[in-house]
Formats: sequence, C-alpha cells, structure tokens
Amino acid sequence: MLGLGNKRAPLAWAVHLSVLVFVVLWTLPTAGLLVTSLRDKDAISVSGWWTALTSSTQNAVMRTPDGAAEKQVGDKYVIAGNVLDGGSGTVSAFGRSSLKPGAFPAGQSADLGDGVTLTVKANGDYELAGTKPLDGGQRIFYTAKTPPHFTLDNYSKVLFSAGMLRSFVNSMTVAVPSTAIPILIAAYAAFALAWMQFPGRSLLIAAVVGLLVVPLQMSLIPLLTIYNKIGQALGVDAHTYIGIWLAHTGFGLPLAIYLLRNYMVGLPREIIESARVDGATDFQIFTRIILPLSFPALASFAIFQFLWTWNDLLVALVFLGPQDDKLVMTGRLVNLLGSHGGDWEILAASAFISIAVPLCVFFALQKYLVRGLLAGSVK
Amino acid sequence: MIHQLVIAAITIVFGIGAAAFYFYGSNWLLDTMLPVRSGRPDAARNTRLTGLIRPWLFLGPAILALGLYLVYPVFASVWLSFHGRDGKEFVGFSNYIWLFNDAGFRESIFNNFLWLLVVPAASTFLGLVAAALTDRIKWGNFAKSLIFMPMAISFVGASVIWKFVYDYRAAGQDQIGILNAIVTYFGGTPEAWITLPFWNNFFLMVILVWIQTGFAMVILSAALRGIPEETIEAAVLDGANGLQIFFRIMVPQIWGTIAVVWTTITITVLKVFDIVLAMTNGQWNTNVLANLMFDWMFRGGGDFGRGATIAIVIMILVFPIMVWNIRNARREMEGR
Repeated sequence: MLGLGNKRAPLAWAVHLSVLVFVVLWTLPTAGLLVTSLRDKDAISVSGWWTALTSSTQNAVMRTPDGAAEKQVGDKYVIAGNVLDGGSGTVSAFGRSSLKPGAFPAGQSADLGDGVTLTVKANGDYELAGTKPLDGGQRIFYTAKTPPHFTLDNYSKVLFSAGMLRSFVNSMTVAVPSTAIPILIAAYAAFALAWMQFPGRSLLIAAVVGLLVVPLQMSLIPLLTIYNKIGQALGVDAHTYIGIWLAHTGFGLPLAIYLLRNYMVGLPREIIESARVDGATDFQIFTRIILPLSFPALASFAIFQFLWTWNDLLVALVFLGPQDDKLVMTGRLVNLLGSHGGDWEILAASAFISIAVPLCVFFALQKYLVRGLLAGSVK
Repeated sequence: MIHQLVIAAITIVFGIGAAAFYFYGSNWLLDTMLPVRSGRPDAARNTRLTGLIRPWLFLGPAILALGLYLVYPVFASVWLSFHGRDGKEFVGFSNYIWLFNDAGFRESIFNNFLWLLVVPAASTFLGLVAAALTDRIKWGNFAKSLIFMPMAISFVGASVIWKFVYDYRAAGQDQIGILNAIVTYFGGTPEAWITLPFWNNFFLMVILVWIQTGFAMVILSAALRGIPEETIEAAVLDGANGLQIFFRIMVPQIWGTIAVVWTTITITVLKVFDIVLAMTNGQWNTNVLANLMFDWMFRGGGDFGRGATIAIVIMILVFPIMVWNIRNARREMEGR
C-alpha cells in the first residue's frame, strides 16, 4: 500500500512481531479483568488470573464422613466418596498425614494399620475399607491437577445484591435521552450553519469551534448554583434526570454541531440548489434531503455521545448526586474501589458489566466511530 | 426501576416531539405570517424577511443551550472566583492569592504539567508507530480494532482494569497483579506501584496513554494513507531506507495531523479527573487540577469561590489551544 513491501521482506517478521506486542499489551489488562470476573472468589485472592487458564496443581486435604456413612460390602466395612467432590481433575498422589501428603501414588492402596486400607483413584474416588466398623473422619491429603474452572457466580452476586442492576438502569436512563435530545437540536443548527446565508454565520462557527474545548469544569459550579436555586424555588430535589439530560445536551452540542456541519457542507450543492429551484423551502430541504443524507454523521455523533454519557462520572456525580438510588455504574464502581478495595470478585464483575455495553457498541459500530473521529478532530 | 425506564422512554418521545414541534411549528408560523407566493405585492419583502429570520429559528435552541451551559458559566466562574465560599461576599483576589500559596494546588499543577509533558507525547508517538506498523500487514485492521478498543472503556473502568494490573501483595506471597508477578518472576521485589512517590504519577498516566493511543492511531493512520505515493517512490529510488522514509518523508507531511492529535489529547489531559479519583483520590502526591477542583466543590459543604478559581486556571491552560483551533478552522473555511 505504501509501496514499501518488497525491499524489506526480511524485516516483515519484525513488523508482525511488533504489532503482536502492541495487541497483547493493549488487550491483556482487559482480558485479565474478564478472566478474573469469571473465577472463584477464593481463587482470585490467592493466585494470578493467568494461572486460571491452565490446569493447576494443588495440594489439598479433605476429611471423610464419620462412621455413620459406612456401608457393609461383603465382610468389609466401606466408606466411599470422591475427594474432588464431583469436580473434574486428576489426583496424582495422596497421603494420610500432612508430613507426607504425597506418600502414595494414585490408585495404590495405603495400609492405615488395624486392617484398614485407603485407596484413592486418579479420578478422585476414594475407598476407606476395614474389617471392623470404621470411625470415619479420616483425613486424606492429596495432590490434584484441576482443569480451568470458571463460574458466573460473581455476576449473579453483583447483579442481584450489590445494586449493580439498579445502576445499570440508571446509566441507561442517563445515556439514552442524553444521546437523543442533542441530535435533533444540533442537526437544525448545523444545517443553518452549513447551507443558509445570514450575517454572523462565520462568527458562530468560530464560536462552536471554540466551545469544543471549553473544559466541563468551568460549567459545573455555575450550573449547580442555578439547579439548586430552581430546586429550592420549586421545592424539589435539585438532582434530577431532566437536569442531567439537559447538561449532557449542552456539553455535547459543540461536537454535534461541528461534526454535522462539516458533513453537511460536503453534500453536493447541485442537489440542494435544484431542490430550491423546484420551490422547496429550507425546511423541506432539511427534512427531505439533508437529514436522510446525513445519516452516517448522525450515527457517528450518536455513538460518541452515547459512549461519553455512559462512561461519564463527573457530570453524573455533580448533577445526579452520590445517593445510592441514583448512582450510575461508574459512580458505583468508584464506591466499590473505595470501600471494598480487596473484593476483587465484586469489582471485576461490576467493572465488566459496565464496560460490556460500550464495548458492544464499539465493535458493532466501529465504522461510524472511526468516520466520526476523522471528521471531528479539528483540522 | 421499570417505572424509571418508562419515564425515560416517555421523555425521549416527549423531548424529540417537542423539538420537532418547535422546528415544524415555528417554520409554519413564519411561512403563514410572511407568505412568499409569487404574485403578491409583498412577496419580495417577505422573501427577504423570512431569509433573515429563518436561520435563527433553526439555530435558536442550540444557541440557547450553548449559551446557558457553556458560555454563561465562563463568565459566572470568573465572577465566582472573586467571591467567597457561598458566592455572596466579594473577596477580590484572595482566592487567587490563596491558590498560589496552597501546597495542594502547587502539587496538582506540577502533576498536571507532568501529565501534559508525557501523555500527549507518548500517545501520539505510540499511535504513530502503531499506525505505521498496522498499515503494512494483512491483519492490520484486526490489530487496529484491538488497540483502538480501550477508547470505548470508561476512565473508571480502565482504572479498575489497571488497579488490578498494579495490585500488590507482600513479597513471598503469590502476586495476583500481573506487573508484580512479572517483576518477581525476574527476581525483583514487588512494589505497591500506585503509592510509590513521584513515579506513581507515571503509572496513572499509563492508563490514559493506553486509552488515547488508539485514537491517535486511527487519525494518524488515515493521514499516512493520504500521503501521495510519488513522494515515497522517489525516496525509494534515491536509496532511502525504511526509517529514513518514515521520519524524513512521511512524518513531515503529516505534521498538521500530528498537531491536531497532540492538542486534542492535551485537552483531555487537562480535564483528567476520573482516573485520579478512582486510583488514588489524589493521595500519595498524585492530585491534579480537575480532582482538586472537585474536592473544593464539595469538601466541607463546598467552597464555590475556590472551586471556580481552579476551574479558571484550567480554562487559562486550555485557552491557547482554543485560539489555535479557531484560527485553523477559519483558515480552512476561507480555503473552501
């Protein structure tokens, strides 16, 4: 493509390798979180997530049930079961004391004295057999290789008890209207700035470009003051969804107008002028021609705004407040980070739920996202 | 919860309906009041008048929202920065004097400058390298989409991801954070990375670089593809090697785009808040301006005067980029 190929063929593998390193570095942290969220609570805190991907060898101990569980087989008294408790894995060795946990290879019979024998098979089945009634309660030490084990327990725990479902709904409630409202307002403004002649037009365009970079931080305190006053005057809580929708609308408008105007300016002039000649009004030109043709740009902005409002923490904390019932997912995550710094199973599952939605949007609509980025960066 | 979703759905329908009604209704009103049918004696005058009014009907809601949510706050913040904690009592420059004597502010602005030095440079450089490399291989688009992926992840989500990477267990225990696991594998001692003075800033910056590299890559890759092939072929004929072609021929042709990427990331860096809040909340000397401002907004009932003053400082830092952007946009429009 760049006309470079052939001359440096020997270097091709270096390029492949470098890209591979990039890809691994950029995906590994997320993969780690995903794997962690699928592991057992206990396993997360004692071993790295990468160990969960391969079979792991572990030493463990279990205790057989007491004598009441025994059965009589022929002239023998037998207590039988499985050391792995039905889980899959392979036992390689077992023993009867913590000093020699691997004294006997799997499948062999160990003589415990007094006519009692213990056999542990590779699949974990054990049999404690004696000629007299048994006491049971025998400890069995064993070394087992267990295959990777994943569970969805963390997710159900997070969704149904940690308030994450509630936050998920809150995030949706914030993000969807905050995406939909600015689009329409911006589309009209962009059309006026792209195709209508009026004094002050270029000044307005310059203002939009300038407002693109005004830091959100500037707006927080003055707007919070206004919101508090309105709340007081009406006697209601100042933290409302309408408040945050309008705030996101205001903050998203400069990018929306800029993106859409840039796109609309590029539409073929002939179409619009021939429509004008045919007697179409500006309003008709906008709704019948411009709007349908601008779909790619509308989609780009919608994706941006959805990702931004879904991922936002600051605006939600300020305008929706930190109360539990209005907490969005990012806010919930920050609280979890603060209060349960060590509960990785809750954190990992919660974080993954919160990033799953934007990741789906990203992979499904990447084309529009890239297009929007290319149009949206001030050139 | 279902109740809440229904209300949200109704709001969308209602909001869009109201907006549509406004645009449709106001245009209809304009056409009825000032008819432009040919043959009427006032047709010419009406055409001129509707032409003058209509753009403002289209622009009205947008100007109102922009004015209230972005323009007014700039002036209100300036006003607030000269007032006390509840915004009533005039205090002159004392907020600014306090600011420059405050150790927390000096720490934050120092850290912000560190971020400004490192993150835009690192993201742009890595993005450029990634773009140049992925453009040359068959599975480049697949690789690109994976490098681009963190862009979709929230700063908070990314913080959780990286907090796990940096997790620390005392030496001798099994490390569950992959960074310490690698360090101990090669015989090093594990560290609590995010509490390590000074260097912890860089561990936080890695998160933003990780997110922004994909953005830089996508834009720079498009720019690299736009380079005319003749310039590269000429260099190949002249016997230039790969690195020379890249740095002497290709990079100089996309300086404009590099500057755009750089400034866009710079703006993001100035506003960075979530990462610091989630990772350290400003502890261990990692505070930055945006987080400091958030602290002052709410800490102890909130001090709006000092909070606004910090916001003004952020705005002043953004201002040169704003001017530069506007000048570029105007130049481009003249070219059209």
